[in-house]
Amino acid sequence: MTEPIIEFKDFSFKYNSQAEPTLKNINLKINKGEKILLAGPSGSGKSTIGRCLNGLIPNIYQGEVKGKCLVNGKDITSTSLFDFSFTTSTILQDADSQFIGLTVGEDIAFALENDCQPKDKMHQTVNQWADELKIKELLTQSPQSLSGGQKQIVALAGVLVDESPILLFDEPLANLDPASGLKTMAIIDKIQKELNATVIIIEHRVEEVLSQPIDRIILVNEGTIVADQPTNQLLHSHTLEKIGVREPLYLKALTAADVNLSSIKEVDQISTLPVSEKISDKLAAWTKQAKITKKEADNLPLLKLDHVGYQYSKNQPYPLKDVSTTINQGDFISIVGQNGAGKTTLCRTICGFISNEGKITLKDQNLSDLSIKERAEKIGYVMQDPNQMISQKMIFDEIALGLRLRNVDEETIKQKVDQTLKICGLYPFRHWPISALSFGQKKRVTIAAILVLEPEIIILDEPTAGQDWKTYTEIMSFLKHLNTIGKTIIIITHDMHLMLEYTSRSLAFAKGKLIADTTPIELLTNQALIKEASLKRTSLYDLAKHYNLPDPNKFVQAYINFEQQN
Amino acid sequence: MNDSKILGYQPGNSFIHALNATTKMIFLILVSIACMVTYDTRFLIAICILSLILLKVAGIKWKQVSFIVKFIIVFAIINIIAVFIFQPTYGEILYHSKTVLINAGYFTLTAQELFYLFNVILKYICSIPLVLLFLLTTNPSQFAASLNKIGVSYKVAYAVSLALRYIPNIQESYWSISAAQQARGNELSKKASLGKRIHGILNIVTPLIFSSLDRIDTISTAMQLRRFGSKKKRTWYVAENFNLADYLVTTLAFILVLVVILLFKVNSGRFYNPFV
Amino acid sequence: MNNQKGLSVKSVVAIGIGAAIYVILARFTSIPTGIPNTNIEIVYPFLALLATIYGPVVGFSVGFIGHALSDFLMYGQTWWSWVLATAVLGLIIGLYGMRLDLENGVFTTKQMIGFNIVQIIANVVSWLIIAPVGDILIYSEPQNKVFLQGATATITNSISILILGTILLKAYAATKVKKGSLRRD
Ligand SMILES: Nc1ncnc2c1ncn2[C@@H]1O[C@H](COP(=O)(O)OP(=O)(O)OP(=O)(O)O)[C@@H](O)[C@H]1O
Ligand SMILES: Nc1ncnc2c1ncn2[C@@H]1O[C@H](COP(=O)(O)OP(=O)(O)OP(=O)(O)O)[C@@H](O)[C@H]1O
Ligand SMILES: [Mg+2]
Ligand SMILES: [Mg+2]
Repeated sequence: MTEPIIEFKDFSFKYNSQAEPTLKNINLKINKGEKILLAGPSGSGKSTIGRCLNGLIPNIYQGEVKGKCLVNGKDITSTSLFDFSFTTSTILQDADSQFIGLTVGEDIAFALENDCQPKDKMHQTVNQWADELKIKELLTQSPQSLSGGQKQIVALAGVLVDESPILLFDEPLANLDPASGLKTMAIIDKIQKELNATVIIIEHRVEEVLSQPIDRIILVNEGTIVADQPTNQLLHSHTLEKIGVREPLYLKALTAADVNLSSIKEVDQISTLPVSEKISDKLAAWTKQAKITKKEADNLPLLKLDHVGYQYSKNQPYPLKDVSTTINQGDFISIVGQNGAGKTTLCRTICGFISNEGKITLKDQNLSDLSIKERAEKIGYVMQDPNQMISQKMIFDEIALGLRLRNVDEETIKQKVDQTLKICGLYPFRHWPISALSFGQKKRVTIAAILVLEPEIIILDEPTAGQDWKTYTEIMSFLKHLNTIGKTIIIITHDMHLMLEYTSRSLAFAKGKLIADTTPIELLTNQALIKEASLKRTSLYDLAKHYNLPDPNKFVQAYINFEQQN
Repeated sequence: MNDSKILGYQPGNSFIHALNATTKMIFLILVSIACMVTYDTRFLIAICILSLILLKVAGIKWKQVSFIVKFIIVFAIINIIAVFIFQPTYGEILYHSKTVLINAGYFTLTAQELFYLFNVILKYICSIPLVLLFLLTTNPSQFAASLNKIGVSYKVAYAVSLALRYIPNIQESYWSISAAQQARGNELSKKASLGKRIHGILNIVTPLIFSSLDRIDTISTAMQLRRFGSKKKRTWYVAENFNLADYLVTTLAFILVLVVILLFKVNSGRFYNPFV
Repeated sequence: MNNQKGLSVKSVVAIGIGAAIYVILARFTSIPTGIPNTNIEIVYPFLALLATIYGPVVGFSVGFIGHALSDFLMYGQTWWSWVLATAVLGLIIGLYGMRLDLENGVFTTKQMIGFNIVQIIANVVSWLIIAPVGDILIYSEPQNKVFLQGATATITNSISILILGTILLKAYAATKVKKGSLRRD
């Protein structure tokens, strides 16, 4: 158990194009069979560390290596990618670029084909994993026809068939709905136990990862390791928030209610927190003192959907169907629901990327009369996959593109782009090519590219996936500001807390249908809807339950108010 | 997304869908070579009729192929006219006789020229239904597997299947880059002037090319991470077994080739000459 | 990575994806000139770029597979003589491309001239020799027709590579980031 399978000794790495090293003096040991969470702000170097473990550095990403990095006893500078492929299996952060096979089934079997496994055995293995991950009906689809979340699960299957001693997951949860997120963590845990594999998970969604036991958390910031501690010890030290990563919500709530965390030994799961009268009272008292403010929006209809639907192919099991709703001027709406429910499809129809059944009107104008460009003057859409949006080489040009196409003068462009870059935390990189950014930074470029245009309606498809808490907060506060000056904002998200904290109205989708149109808090108090749309209550609710508070929803509301006021 | 106008695999359950991809490919290659070599009108007509029947058997609808057929007709007509204009006497030379139909100086039309042009058209069209059939009923991965089976190295086979697999993909990128560009203000719809549209197309093509070059990097990385190219062989998830029907169809293909060789003897050359 | 026998994985992928792009470009971006079967194509400049980056084997294969596939997918049949001609075009440009260093952002005026001389020679070999001779041998078509077609193709394709190809190569070289040049500010 104690022999290290991964060892970094005074390790530094500088990408060829960079002036400064990205990883600085890393010292790290990971033992066989350990389960590690690697966390840190976006752009801190997490994926770069991952690339050392699977040999992409220095085989594919060339650069300057100092110090030593041993993986399974082999020095990374003298080992080929091929040798590494037996040691480390990776889910790349950019799941989309991982697909090779024509169909999902072939893609999962790809590594097995290359190992010359007989056909029957491959089919058996693939079926077994497809059953386990509940993707059996996807096996004959092409990977490109999957929703963002479905893609991630398929990528997971392609790695799991391999049974390597080191499993590296680079943000496996980013696009998953809350229910699938929990399920995925449970599966990873099971595999790890079965194979006694060493598991390294890179994630921003710390709370979800902690739903299963984790041995250690390693925090990375600006290319150095700032903490490397067992889970509970780290949670006690509050270093997560110091570097801009969100702490589990229930811990923040406990701290806010003035509960002394250091007196509690195990804080990594709600279920093991000690139930004491004292803590319950504190929480109840804190709930009472919170002033809950409500704001009423005046309802001026803006975007009307009338029996809108879309079907990609004749045999698609759950096409988008019969969506009717009215979006009002100044709404701040969240669209939630299970993976593959049709959320992205709905946005594509609104923007005119695909033609739709039914009728969409914007202020009484029928949208089918307008070209994509004309719609885009009023509706801005940030796509789920940044790679589908990016067309320029340089960050500045990408963000300026829309303004340039609108013939805005360069002076104004520069000023507007710089301002937007600052909001999205990209200002220091403004002269860089997009290819030198981390995945989360790339996504922010696409957000900036739409924000800079300030359209009347802004639709964002999972804008906070893969973002750290600090940038997330900055982007969300800016959106809130836009909302207060009258812009209408629609966010597709799998983050229940984001939905509660920022949005005032939720549309929930399941299997192609709009199943609820209500306030976020009401959505999350309806057990049937939660189940149907694969949602999950926040940990605040669970905490309130755990301490038997009389009205858990009020507690949740109180915490949200508390956060909004800070 | 947009109507694609490019042929691709359409799943189905006819007799032809069920044939092994290797069989279909052997049949296609042998018969098209046979058609390419011979100018025997009777043989060409027979193949034409056979392949039309096969299209029917495979349950392929007119709608699926209509655009391509129209395309081919226009193309064949233009080409025939060009062949005629350049050398109206070519038929006479080939068939060693001259039967004037319409006297018009340089453009004098002879029965021989007409017969030659008819053969050219037949040659153009007789293998087309077979190719359509192949493309519409063969899964690209099985195609790769069968290329590998008939002796092509698996790397080349895989390259071909990657190409087939990525065509719809790149087409989609083309549309999505185009949509994303329009969404930010690049007018490409019919409302823009021609010059603007051409410029707009260039705006799409350059990012398409450069992003696809990046994609070459990411995909080859992903393939190496999963050990592609590490061994001399590989197996195929979609490979199929050879059945009785496959043996029969393959035999038929060889028989057709034999027929062409026999016809060579009978006609003493490539051309069937009804004029002597 | 380089110790494998045969094609490298990168070449396999470059051939596959290159051919796919070839098909899409051939389908959506050709501009008719008015002469039958003769268009100004963006595919040839693209092929030149790909051959320069990945070398003669990839150039040849992309030309061959790409052209054959795009013919099959658009016309239901293919003209092997022209397919071979495209492949040879890719091959010749690829041979010259091995002497360039686009990966490191270098594309001097001298190289630009060299590249264009080579591409014009390649075009002549392909369209004025291989394609027409093939047409005559395989399809028994009249000589003057095929040579006129060949001559038009030589001219239009040389010009499109001269203009668009040079732009593409230059643009590609420009996207390569200089070593050690990125810092936050
Ligand atoms: N291919 C590359 N070339 C040059 N620089 C790079 C490259 N990839 C990443 N970087 C730089 O290295 C830094 C760390 O990137 P990395 O991808 O490791 O971040 P990360 O922690 O995974 O972030 P995220 O959470 O956004 O994925 C970034 O600031 C980025 O600019
Ligand atoms: N290009 C496509 N071609 C065919 N089917 C598609 C395509 N894109 C999506 N689908 C199918 O449509 C359904 C809805 O997909 P959509 O992307 O709208 O889901 P989503 O709600 O956004 O999911 P996620 O939360 O995972 O992003 C899915 O079942 C998916 O398989
Ligand atoms: Mg990353
Ligand atoms: Mg989606």
